[in-house]
Amino acid sequence: MPKIDGGADSLGGSWANLFMTGLISSILARKVQEPMKIIPASDSSLLVVFGNAISPALHERVIGLFHSFKARHDPRIRNLHPGYASLLIDFDPLRLTHDELISVVQQLALAGDSAVDRRANVVTIPVCYDIEFGPDLLDVSQHAGLSLEEVVRVHSSPTYLVYFLGFSPGFVYLGGLPEVLHMPRLATPRPSIVGGSVGIAGSQTGIYPLDSPGGWKLIGRTPLRMFDPQATPPTRLQPGDRLKFSPIDRATFEDIPRRAEARPT
Amino acid sequence: MTIRVAKPGLFTTVQDLGRYGYAHLGISPAGAADPLSFRIANLLVGNDENAPALEMMLLGANLEFEESAIVALTGASCECKAGFNARVPVNAAFDLPAGAVLACGTMTTGARCYLSVQGGFDTPLVMGSASTFVAGHFGGFKGRRLQSGDVLHVRQHGSFRVRSLRPGALDSLRAPRPLRVTKGSQQDWFGPEAFEKLFSSAYIVSEQSDRRGLRLKGEAVRPREQSELLTDGIPLGAIQVPQDGQPIILFVDQQTTGGYPKIANVIAADIHRVGQLRPRDEVRLVEVSIAEAVQAIGEQERWLREIFIS
Repeated sequence: MPKIDGGADSLGGSWANLFMTGLISSILARKVQEPMKIIPASDSSLLVVFGNAISPALHERVIGLFHSFKARHDPRIRNLHPGYASLLIDFDPLRLTHDELISVVQQLALAGDSAVDRRANVVTIPVCYDIEFGPDLLDVSQHAGLSLEEVVRVHSSPTYLVYFLGFSPGFVYLGGLPEVLHMPRLATPRPSIVGGSVGIAGSQTGIYPLDSPGGWKLIGRTPLRMFDPQATPPTRLQPGDRLKFSPIDRATFEDIPRRAEARPT
Repeated sequence: MTIRVAKPGLFTTVQDLGRYGYAHLGISPAGAADPLSFRIANLLVGNDENAPALEMMLLGANLEFEESAIVALTGASCECKAGFNARVPVNAAFDLPAGAVLACGTMTTGARCYLSVQGGFDTPLVMGSASTFVAGHFGGFKGRRLQSGDVLHVRQHGSFRVRSLRPGALDSLRAPRPLRVTKGSQQDWFGPEAFEKLFSSAYIVSEQSDRRGLRLKGEAVRPREQSELLTDGIPLGAIQVPQDGQPIILFVDQQTTGGYPKIANVIAADIHRVGQLRPRDEVRLVEVSIAEAVQAIGEQERWLREIFIS
């Protein structure tokens, strides 16, 4: 049975009623899924939690609800924050109540997202795995027991899942890094990393969208701008996209930026 | 009409009420840290309440006005002068003659002072907002805080009706009282003793606080057990607890997702108070229910409509 856990006593009663309206049987009629948990994260937001694991199946439900909300273009919803297994919905509390929003979440979860066209977008990101761009390549190769060529091949072979963007503008949380490339972070973070750098930390791989400090082990760099505030959309990747890294040589790296800058907005 | 920045102050940025609809791309709203004072500044000069205005922090800016202008200052107490050491009013619209230099000094109570100009600052909208997001280098004036020599433009079309406040209307904002919070996303992670500590202790705002977050120093708060949280979305005003147990209030330029448990959340009606906290200020937290928090927002909106005479 869907569990509602939140502790806001003033809302408990009406939540319970929502579940008594017959919605629950339809939820159970779907495949056996972990029950959805709805938590009032603040007076202006709800956190919908689908589970407690990093898994494509849970993520599918996060992205389904995310797209269902996006398709509604409801001006009372201010922001949507997908996470690994949850969706935070930020809303205008002067125009929408928690109860009303909970009932919308329930309806959308029941309807699924079949009405929304969201064929996964596969985005190819060219990466130059040059020692100059990837100062930790040798370290990674030793740690993994692979040759440099094998590191590049293993890193660029999977189709990664973009779980969500967060932390900073355009920063993607990717799933699917082969275990042989799981690496500890640098003991001492670098004070500055060039935007576009591709790195590995723990079981994650990712791209630094902007120049910033950071502790990921760097293995290459993409010439593409991952975040451009003037572009529409401002990021190259969206939650739920699939990503392929495509190895390029130095000459191609030098050639790409001009074409990337000419990208229409 | 242009305004030249003679001295930028400590951290002066162009802001509006924030940039919404982009959190799923990692982009936080930014916007005025004290949205209430920001709105009052705009309403006084007759602007739309979301018109771009300047947010100054701790030490104000010196600004040269090329032409006459109608301006208003709100928020933190700040000694401001125009020309021949003439003090200017606060919380009221006033005329500045052409060529005037408005010199804003050190803020004595509160951390942020707002300057609105009739017409609003003319900065390009980025993703629908004029707010400066310094960490992302975009929005506002060239995506950064103001520097000496910058020249800002003011929009001048439209008709405006200057308004004034009832005497003493803003006194209630000055009275010190605890920040009201609701329990947060990971409230289950914390036992009664953690909440007892959080609500009975006096915390000090650390020097390492900015628009991204305010670090509080004081009694450590710990979850029942240390476990890893799957990264999830962060609401404005969330109070997260990192491993050292020292709470952090995540603020307008916050990261959109995070991996530390969130024990509580500052209510929307008290966000403006967070924007006026200074380093070394004492902070106490008090719990309210979600229903009380929602009621408080409605009351604040009614209050805002009632404080103006005209």
